[in-house]
Order: sequence, then structure tokens, then C-alpha cells
Amino acid sequence: MTLHRPTPSGPGPQKPLFDVAAVRAQFPILATLIHGKVPLHYLDNAATTQVPDYVLDAVRRHDATSRANVKRGVHTLAEMATDAYAAARTKMAQYLNAFDEREIIFTSGTTSAINLVANAFGATLAAGDEVIVSELEHHSNLVPWQLLKARAGIKLKAIPVTDEGRIDVAALPRLVTDRTRLIAVTHVSNVTGAITDVAAVVRAARSVGARVLLDGAQRASHGPLDVQALGVDFYAVSGHKMFGPSGVGALWGRGEILEVLPPFLGGGEMIRTVTLQESTWADVPARFEAGTPPITQAVGLGAAIDWMETIDNVAAAAHTAKLADRVLAGLRALGNRGVRVIGPANMERRVPVIAFAVDGAHPHDICQMLDSHGVALRGGHHCAQPFHERNNLAGTSRASLALYNTDADVDAFLNGLDDALSKLT
Amino acid sequence: MIDALYQKDVMRLAASAKGAGKLPTPTATVTVDNPLCGDRVTFDVVMDADKRIQEVAHTVKGCVLCQASASVIGAEAKGETAESLNAVRDTLRGMLKSGATAPTDGKWAALVAFAPVSGHKSRHECVLLPFEAVIQAAKKP
Repeated sequence: MTLHRPTPSGPGPQKPLFDVAAVRAQFPILATLIHGKVPLHYLDNAATTQVPDYVLDAVRRHDATSRANVKRGVHTLAEMATDAYAAARTKMAQYLNAFDEREIIFTSGTTSAINLVANAFGATLAAGDEVIVSELEHHSNLVPWQLLKARAGIKLKAIPVTDEGRIDVAALPRLVTDRTRLIAVTHVSNVTGAITDVAAVVRAARSVGARVLLDGAQRASHGPLDVQALGVDFYAVSGHKMFGPSGVGALWGRGEILEVLPPFLGGGEMIRTVTLQESTWADVPARFEAGTPPITQAVGLGAAIDWMETIDNVAAAAHTAKLADRVLAGLRALGNRGVRVIGPANMERRVPVIAFAVDGAHPHDICQMLDSHGVALRGGHHCAQPFHERNNLAGTSRASLALYNTDADVDAFLNGLDDALSKLT
Repeated sequence: MIDALYQKDVMRLAASAKGAGKLPTPTATVTVDNPLCGDRVTFDVVMDADKRIQEVAHTVKGCVLCQASASVIGAEAKGETAESLNAVRDTLRGMLKSGATAPTDGKWAALVAFAPVSGHKSRHECVLLPFEAVIQAAKKP
């Protein structure tokens, strides 16, 4: 692949100092009154982040002025749509610091990105080859490999998790063998918020010539990424977890790997030539983008990246970490009422995704009661059943923060939890 | 709204945990999971020669609504068949889905406590899951 480095696609919106009130004013949904009476306190950002006006406007503007199918038309709208779609790819390449913008494949989200790797890269594996995941994985980074195991006879291994809720990278040297082809783990846990020691994962993989895939769904909203510095081979993200639309995400893969992989899905623009009996494949990324892609959504995701670039990430991270510290301290203070944090006790090497369990109270009941206080939490197994089984938990409740959250959100959460505990325990 | 969902009747049903536990020699045991939240309900039954439930017991790893629903079954399922429980479940589902008439029949009248769940679609399965388990257990050859 001849390098085609992503180049700046033009100035985004101007970059002000971080001001949470000014940020909140850009998210119309945050003014919602729940049940028509209590303010919304949205703490379910690990499931889906909200969307600023800048993105909403970009999505509407695209469909109002440039809507057409991409790559295949010569008329004006087709050219505009194709340019907008290409610009979104460039923005994602810049956000991830890809070597080349053609290493970005738009998908419907992280799940489809990982399934793409499990099928395309998976097609190069033989029976007995090993894929290593962890006990902390979201089902989206577990089930695709189980399907590959059933299809191709690969061996699936799992890295254990520490009691603190981190992937125990110290176990890796005894797990990797000369049959290990891939280590596929989460960059940040969607349950414990723990940030994986990626360097240790990469070291273990390289020691046996294996590749590394990171599920970046929970990391992507917390500032720009650098896949080159991470040293991994595949990285998957979802638009709806990074202030963009749902229905779009991206897979980044090293160009030299993608170039030699077979396609996953067939049809549309992924071909070079087609006869009745056989076809040849387009170059990357088109080879992996069968059918009409999520064009408008990708444009919206590009706008979300532009919007994120207006944010002072250091200040935003300090803001959310301070709020998360308050959440952690508040949960600790409720320890004598059966509350315990499931994950690291402080904000060291973690993001503000905080799961907790309550003795004698089910997460759904807690979340339902918090909803009456306007607090949006997530309860259940968070698509991480093996981790919950390991901890003998049916589920957990989870508060996950984003840069638009405030002290008022934390107050509402802690007061609501106090009320729920008094009713449920 | 939330007070209606967690009204005293529901809390009392859950706390009473009627039929909670295991049977020493069940003729059938069935466990069902709610894939959305990970809740798990296990029902043990002893069936008689007429395919009626003679003994019933349950183990619930779930929310208050799920516990309360299992408790109603624990109290009332003796003498029922898979078919009759199916009919109760259909009535209950109708109540949850469209606010249709609650099962006011004396034996199952306690189910009316779940009427406020009707407005919370994501919680319907919490109430229905124990019925799924006991019906499957009663059907098991």
C-alpha cells in the first residue's frame, strides 16, 4: 500500500476553554424533564453518548443538501456525498492516527468491526490456531471468536481478570504459544472502566508473532487515540459512543494486513470485476465495505470528531475524573449498606465507568428507582456475562460519565441511590 | 409512577417468597434465563398422573418483580396443568401489553399487583420469566 497519509480536512468549530455549562448547552436532550417533572441526569454514557447540535445539524445538512449514494454516480449530488463520505474517513484516520486513511473501514459499529476481523482475518487461521480473549470482554468481542471456533476449529483461550477488575496481563506469558495468532481484548472495560495495559498485550503477542485487536468502544469518547503508538493491528470503535450517530462505527487495520485479507461480505462496491462464476476484489477499504455504507451516519461521525476536537481534552478528563472521584467516594460511604464498587477503587488507569453491586437489591430495581429521580443508569450484565459469573453476580448497576455531566448529576445519583436503598434493602 | 411499580403488594409478594427453595425429588426441573439482564429462574415440579402440578418450588436470581411473580406461582400453581398456566400467562401478558383486563379470578387475583408494570415495557419479561419456567417444567415429559 502506497502511503496516503490523512491530511487535515479543514478547520472545525473554534476551540474554546472547557466550560461544562457551555458544553451542556450544545446538547438539547440534556434539558429533558423525565416524567415531565425531574431534570435528566444522564449517566448511561457507556451505553450511548448524547449528540451535540453540531452533529445533529451536520446530519440534517447532509441529507438536506448532499444526499446521494456514494462512489457510483457522476451527478453533482453523488460527487458531494462521495466527498463528504471520504472526508469522514479522513477525520476518523486523523482521530485514530492511522498510518493511512485507507486503513479506515466504516462498519455499523464495533460489533460488526470485530465480526469483520473474525471472518476476514479468521479465514486465514487453521484448526488448532489460537485466539486469546479475556474474561472481561463484552460479548461482541467473545461471540465472534466462538463462532470462528465452531467454524474453523480454532482454540479459544481467556486471560483471567484480577480481583480489581483488570485484565491480568501477568498471565499472558503462560497463555501465548507458537500457535497464538491473535490477542483480542478490550482497551477499556465497559463494566469496570479499567484501562488495559496494552503495551504488555502487544509484547506478549509479538513474542510469538501474533496480532492484536483492541475493542475501543469505551475508549473512543475520551480523547484522540494513537494506534501507531499503541502498536496494535486492529482497532474498533462505535459512533454512538463518541457523540455521533448510531448505525456507524469503524475498524482500523494495518494496511499491510488488510491488503492480503479476503472480503467478509459480498456485493456492491467491494468488487473489481464480476462474472457469473467468480469475482475479483477491490482494494481496501472498499473490499470490506459491501453494499451502500452508512453514509449520512459516517458524515455525522465525522462531525462528532470535529466537535470533539473543539474540546480541551485535558480539562475535560480532569472534570470527569473529579466527578468520578465523588461517585466512588459516595459508593464507598454506602459500604455499610451493602454497596460495593466492582472495579478499581480509584481513578488510576481507568475511565469514569463505574459498576457497583448492592447486597439484597437487584440492579434493575435500583435503576428503575433511580429513573424516578431522573437518573439514567444501566443495570444488568452489560453484555459481559462471563465477568459477572466469575464474580458470582447476576448483574451490576453502572454509572458512566461524560464531559457534559456535572456535580448536580452526581448529587442526584447519590441521593437517588440512598432513596432506593431505603426502599429495597 | 415508580411508587405504583414498587407498591406494597409487590414488595410483600417478593418478600414472602412463597415456594422458594428446591424439591427433594422433582419430576422435572427447568431453568430459564433472561438474556437481556442475566436473570435466572429455576422451577422444580412434581407432576401427578393427570399432569397436574403436585409440588412446586423455585429459585430466583432476579429483581423484585421477578421474585414477586415467582412467589405468586409458588402460592397458586398446585393443581394447575401446563395448559392452564399457559392461559394465566396469556392473560397476564395481555394485561402487561395493552392494559387488558387483569386476571381477577380469585386464585390468581394477586397478579393484578403487576398492572402498573404495563407502562414499563423493558420490565414485562421480569414478570413473565417465572411463568415461562414453570410452564416448561410442567410440560417436560
